[in-house]
Amino acid sequence: MVRIARFNPVCGRKTCSTPFLFNIITPIYQCLVPMDDFFHSLGLAISLLWHHDPTLIEVVLRSLGVSALACALACVLGLALGAGLGVRRPKGEAFWVAILNTLLALPSVLVGLVVYLLLSRQGPLGFLGWLFSLKAMVLAQTLLVLPVVVALSRQCIKAAHDRLGEQLQSIGLTQGWRALVLVWDERQVLLTVVLTAFGRAISEVGAVMVVGGNIEGFTRVMTTSIALETSKGDLPMALALGMVLLGVVLLLNALIGLLHWRQQRMDSRFAGPAQPLSSFAANAWHGP
Amino acid sequence: MRQESPKSPVILSLQGVSCAIQGFWVLKDLNIELHAQERLALVGTNGSGKTSLLKLLHGLIKPQSGHLHWQTHSPVRQAMLFQRPQMINSSVRHHVALALWAQGLKWPVALKKVQGVLREAGLADCAQQSAKTLSIGQQQRLSLARAWACEPQLLLLDEPTASLDPSFKSQVETMIEHWAQIRTGVEEADHTLVLASHNLGQVKRLASRVIFLEEGEIHADLPVWEFFNSPLAKTHPKAHAFLRGEVI
Repeated sequence: MVRIARFNPVCGRKTCSTPFLFNIITPIYQCLVPMDDFFHSLGLAISLLWHHDPTLIEVVLRSLGVSALACALACVLGLALGAGLGVRRPKGEAFWVAILNTLLALPSVLVGLVVYLLLSRQGPLGFLGWLFSLKAMVLAQTLLVLPVVVALSRQCIKAAHDRLGEQLQSIGLTQGWRALVLVWDERQVLLTVVLTAFGRAISEVGAVMVVGGNIEGFTRVMTTSIALETSKGDLPMALALGMVLLGVVLLLNALIGLLHWRQQRMDSRFAGPAQPLSSFAANAWHGP
Repeated sequence: MRQESPKSPVILSLQGVSCAIQGFWVLKDLNIELHAQERLALVGTNGSGKTSLLKLLHGLIKPQSGHLHWQTHSPVRQAMLFQRPQMINSSVRHHVALALWAQGLKWPVALKKVQGVLREAGLADCAQQSAKTLSIGQQQRLSLARAWACEPQLLLLDEPTASLDPSFKSQVETMIEHWAQIRTGVEEADHTLVLASHNLGQVKRLASRVIFLEEGEIHADLPVWEFFNSPLAKTHPKAHAFLRGEVI
């Protein structure tokens, strides 16, 4: 076997190794170098979080506020629209569904650009003076997640209406009330829709960057901050923000899981064996 | 088997009614007069139009041609029981209360009335339970309780015992019988029952008149005794074949 002297990147010495071993060690090392940076940054990120870094907290709170408000607005509008479309079946339904599905893939930068044009001095909403403010960011995020809420809730309510619509209609409920009852009926699925919308809002960067301007202490949020810190090379801060972002979504998931679990527990507590025949026979029907 | 009762006033008449769903004619040129207190059974093969006729009577679908006349002074209170009970994700008492609320009762009043209704239906123990966790038989009983809580004058039943085992079938039939007997004794005995069923024994037990439907058309409209006992081979060959279990 031919032995070749090569530089060992792990121990920093010239060692003899086979080409086979060299080919294995080198790529592992090349992976470990950035991993080392990653763990270093992770440690610093935990430290920032542990010590409640004021900049970090400020950005996180602002981000949560903007996204929560945008999500709430989009859910109020989107659930009403989605439920209405699910129950009503408007003329040209296929056309509206195609438009909705197209809007699902709306690029956030495009939304940012449209809102920017609307809110700029020369734009139709320029008189509001919202550009580079939190209001503009809320507006952009609302428009971004609205199609998601409408499309998913429409699908969900439509399926429920196919199943329950005639029965609800037969007891005399109007379309509006049917939509409301079905929203209540599908509340657990719709909660997941809300979570999806919030996830889209809080993880979005393009639109808020364009309309908010990423102004420090004013319109800087988690995602724009991550982009900026990464470009500056301040990886710990970027990673800390990323961890908070994941933590928030995890917390929401846990909350929804808890609600589902509680509901299932209540149902299983009540659910008993079917009543025996005698219980009905002894309780003969006397009319309402 | 029920004998034909003396004719009561007509409450509803269908004249040349045809109905299409998604471009397919499900009911063709129907002429029916429905009398008060009548117990009408709709029989026929699958896809013959029984459910569509019930939905038409209930106002869930509209006729494309012909006339549907309600010949009553005030609107007839109706309730319909569907073949497969579908429950919303809510408690049993809220199910019934929702129907009462939709009739115009205030929510607290509706909730109060629900307790009595559920007790009568043998579902009082399940009042707080999610309706989705009930067995199919219990769900059908709940649907009946909900329908009757609204005190309907016209009750439309779409194969009410189709998905039930024999014991639950008996329970549901008992409920229908009790309801009918009690209502016959009250001063305003104008309630009417329209029942779609494949169960000919049930039709014999509950109905006073039978309409045989095939491909959306009426092929026989006879008192129940005549439908089951007179020779139909010449006058109503399709009904005769149906009763003999032959392929029509």
